[in-house]
Amino acid sequence: MLNGTTAEIKPREALRINPAKTCQPVGAMYASLGIHGCMPHSHGSQGCCAYHRSALTRHLKEPVISTTSSFTEGSSVFGGSANLNQALQNIFTIYNPDIVAVHTTCLSEVIGDDIPSIVKNAREAGKVPEGKYVIHANTPSFVGSHITGFANMTKAMVTYLAEKTGEAKDQVNVIPGFVDPTDMREIKRLAGELKANIVLFPDTSDVLDTPQTGVYEMYPKGGTTIEQLKSTGDSIATIALGHFASRPAAESLEEKFGVPASVGELPIGVTATDDFIDALRNYARVEVPASIVQERGRLLDLISDMGQYLYGKRVAIAGDPDHVISLVRFLLELNMKPVFVISGSMGNHFENRVKELLKDAVPEAKVKQNADLFELHQWIKNEPVDLLIGNTHAKFMARAENDLPFVRFGWPITDRMAHRVFPTVGYRGASRLINDIINAFLDKKDRECPEETFELVQ
Amino acid sequence: MAPENTPPPVTEFDAAEAKATIDEMMKAYPSKTAKKRAKQALVNDPETIPEIGANTRTIPGILTQRGCTYAGCRGVVIGPISDILHITHGPIGCGYYSWLTRRNQVRPYKDTDTNYIQYCMSTDMMEEQIIFGGEKKLAAAIREAYEIFHPKAISIYSTCPVGLIGDDVHSVARAAKEELGINVFAFSCEGYKGVSQSAGHHIANNGVFKHMIGKLDEADQGEFRINLLGEYNIGGDAWVIDELLRKCGITVTATLSGDVKYDQVCKAHTVDLNTVMCHRSINYMAEMMETKFGIPWIKVNFIGAEGTAKSLRKIAAFFQSKKLTDRVEEVIAQEMGELKPVLEAVKARVKGKTAALFVGGSRAHSYQHLFADMGMETIAAGYEFAHRDDYEGRSVIPTIKVDADTRNIEEITVEQDPVRFKARKTPEQLKALEDGGFTFKDYTGMMSEMKKNTLVIDDISHHEIEKLIELRHPDIICSGIKDKFIIEKMGVPCKQLHSYDYGGPYTGFKGAANFYLEIDRMLQTNVWKYAVPAWMKDKATDAA
Repeated sequence: MLNGTTAEIKPREALRINPAKTCQPVGAMYASLGIHGCMPHSHGSQGCCAYHRSALTRHLKEPVISTTSSFTEGSSVFGGSANLNQALQNIFTIYNPDIVAVHTTCLSEVIGDDIPSIVKNAREAGKVPEGKYVIHANTPSFVGSHITGFANMTKAMVTYLAEKTGEAKDQVNVIPGFVDPTDMREIKRLAGELKANIVLFPDTSDVLDTPQTGVYEMYPKGGTTIEQLKSTGDSIATIALGHFASRPAAESLEEKFGVPASVGELPIGVTATDDFIDALRNYARVEVPASIVQERGRLLDLISDMGQYLYGKRVAIAGDPDHVISLVRFLLELNMKPVFVISGSMGNHFENRVKELLKDAVPEAKVKQNADLFELHQWIKNEPVDLLIGNTHAKFMARAENDLPFVRFGWPITDRMAHRVFPTVGYRGASRLINDIINAFLDKKDRECPEETFELVQ
Repeated sequence: MAPENTPPPVTEFDAAEAKATIDEMMKAYPSKTAKKRAKQALVNDPETIPEIGANTRTIPGILTQRGCTYAGCRGVVIGPISDILHITHGPIGCGYYSWLTRRNQVRPYKDTDTNYIQYCMSTDMMEEQIIFGGEKKLAAAIREAYEIFHPKAISIYSTCPVGLIGDDVHSVARAAKEELGINVFAFSCEGYKGVSQSAGHHIANNGVFKHMIGKLDEADQGEFRINLLGEYNIGGDAWVIDELLRKCGITVTATLSGDVKYDQVCKAHTVDLNTVMCHRSINYMAEMMETKFGIPWIKVNFIGAEGTAKSLRKIAAFFQSKKLTDRVEEVIAQEMGELKPVLEAVKARVKGKTAALFVGGSRAHSYQHLFADMGMETIAAGYEFAHRDDYEGRSVIPTIKVDADTRNIEEITVEQDPVRFKARKTPEQLKALEDGGFTFKDYTGMMSEMKKNTLVIDDISHHEIEKLIELRHPDIICSGIKDKFIIEKMGVPCKQLHSYDYGGPYTGFKGAANFYLEIDRMLQTNVWKYAVPAWMKDKATDAA
């Protein structure tokens, strides 16, 4: 398993090996699916669309729809205007969405297709029916990562749709970031417990975790509605959960409409969830109910009961920057030691924030943006860790390192199912993560320990 | 299972119903779209096979199954060669998505050998390279890869922007080859070329032929040496075939491309017969090897018990050896004997149920044999990226119009090798074979084997699948990851034939048993029955 990976670290500047990121359009596609009645559209070669739909499907085990401009060599020479025109006509005629969210690809970006003017012409030519919307985001694959793509499409929702009517609405915008449908559902549940009115956008719950009913709906009941998106300009404030995936849209709302942007971190773990609850309480001017305090208390009780298995354990983490920042906070709350922390995405905020978090508790920690799993693996070979946390790609490293305890976290998870049902955000999500971590340690111990230390009770 | 004992069920399909289904599918389309799709959706007639529109452009805005040329080249044909180091030249996505997502299983020669399939390597092109060119970064990446891994060979794959900005990947590869002293070669397999993955197969075939085949004049030991072309070892398929052939005394030098090593590909020209599984993805290679080295090729099909037996007999017939023929018959008898109770048990439950298959460039045809084994009816089928010959048979090749998209794909000129060309059969032997009814290059396509008035739909769209389910209610559909969960939301089980839903192998006799049991499982699964809870059923009754 991965036996070309050696402990010796040779200089590497040009070659990416086993990436911890992918390209922008897949994030844009995922965000688009969080709008109710939306057909995502990939403007480029059809392979991009096929890859992105497949990647999202492997994680979600759900229908993931998206159309494509299906560029040929001809469109690559003459531009993709004709393809997008034809596509829009077909999409509205055959699939009848309320809105089409176009994202670009490296191909259409290099060609330089101007999406707004193509769409304008298509509209004038009658390819876009009255009352239907077409929005777009530029998502070149050679800039940023899938997280950037999510951020750009989320920002496009504001750019194209948000309005200020002058009549303030008693609601708070919440941007959840590139999290699972179940996480979005959990954020809405928490807000519901608080009796806070929120507009969550995008919102893939009830779009990408639909029930088995024997009936397929191309546009299921979930997703942020266009009306809701329009109303975000009238909201009290925007809570952006994550510097990377959510901040740009929140800042755009602040710049355009003066809706204050509060950029927080993903509510993973105790204090990050506290921050979210507190921010929401303040903006929505509501009281935190006893039910939330009890949920929180049950989480702390779990930590105090099981903390002995966690204390001081060395952890390596790979993932998306917003996820990793919050996870590091949580692991520190558990008295664990995140010693190697990487993100495949770029952005100085990641390194600065994680280093700030770790400077007292784990001063020896290595933290790196724009890193890859190959490098992380080499670090682990040089200085072993007790636990690895990452997406499914990381499981190869866990196996290569003598069945290193491994917890799946983030995107994509293609070989297990918990992420489809159980959130990792909020106090309940934190309980689930602790359960996963403890199981990883104790299952390994139960498999490998000598008989005399095989315990009935732990 | 033996056709002489059990005649196939005499289901007849209704012509009017078939036509009505297609008409209904076309109704939702704008006229231009309907006109094009109508050429690709036909009512079958195995006697007077109608001409189908295939390998034509995908219509923009249609929810399609198709992927791109890069996927066909890097992902399908070359990717499975496990001991060469693969570098995708482009932004990170293409390399990332083709990382371990096809299930080409691999066993390295030794535990210590590096299996490069576990690695994703990319130049991770950023804006700077898009503006100033990516050749330098590619050259540096190749050097770094060599320093770290010391592979036998390095293969480079171009993605869309590479072609547009004009990086000369081939000259970078040539320079690296000279500098490092190992084989380094590149593929111009930009995603926008061609109309589907299919162009990528062709580009890959050309590259493998130019850069690998014929590099090692070292024939394997063993009698009856063949290559297995167009077998990708998804879920261990190639291993089942390999074991079966070995049992018969046949030696497989190279399986292109499933669990195959660089040196096996380099000596593929030393065999006496090429056998072709997936005609679409690899017939180019078979043709080129015949021209250059004199190796004849035949179509085989190790999917389905009947097909497997027929293919074994055909290989034996080619070698004109009584010893081999006897051994093959012994093996078939033994394997069929073991398979029979499994098949009979399953057949009793599934016979008469219906299937529809929309996948690939060969599986939508070959898997019909497995369903036929079980007494199931294929009511509709179509490929994702095949050409007319895969539907109508190779006899139509001379009449296929070469369009602009195809013309853009390189056709390499192959000549007879002055030293290594060797006719594998004497004229007398060939005559004896022909007299016995033996045919070479004998792919007659999907449509001749499908019943009259079944549906043949090329590059099926999401909408057409929905309509098919609504109107024709197939009991099971075979497709891929993008369709699977859409189909299953409609309460119809869907078997993925790209990934096998992480199961398999399904080839040969052993694989056939796996497939029968899997289809049986899917058709007996209880979950579909519970979609409507008791109280909603009550409501429905009350309302009525």
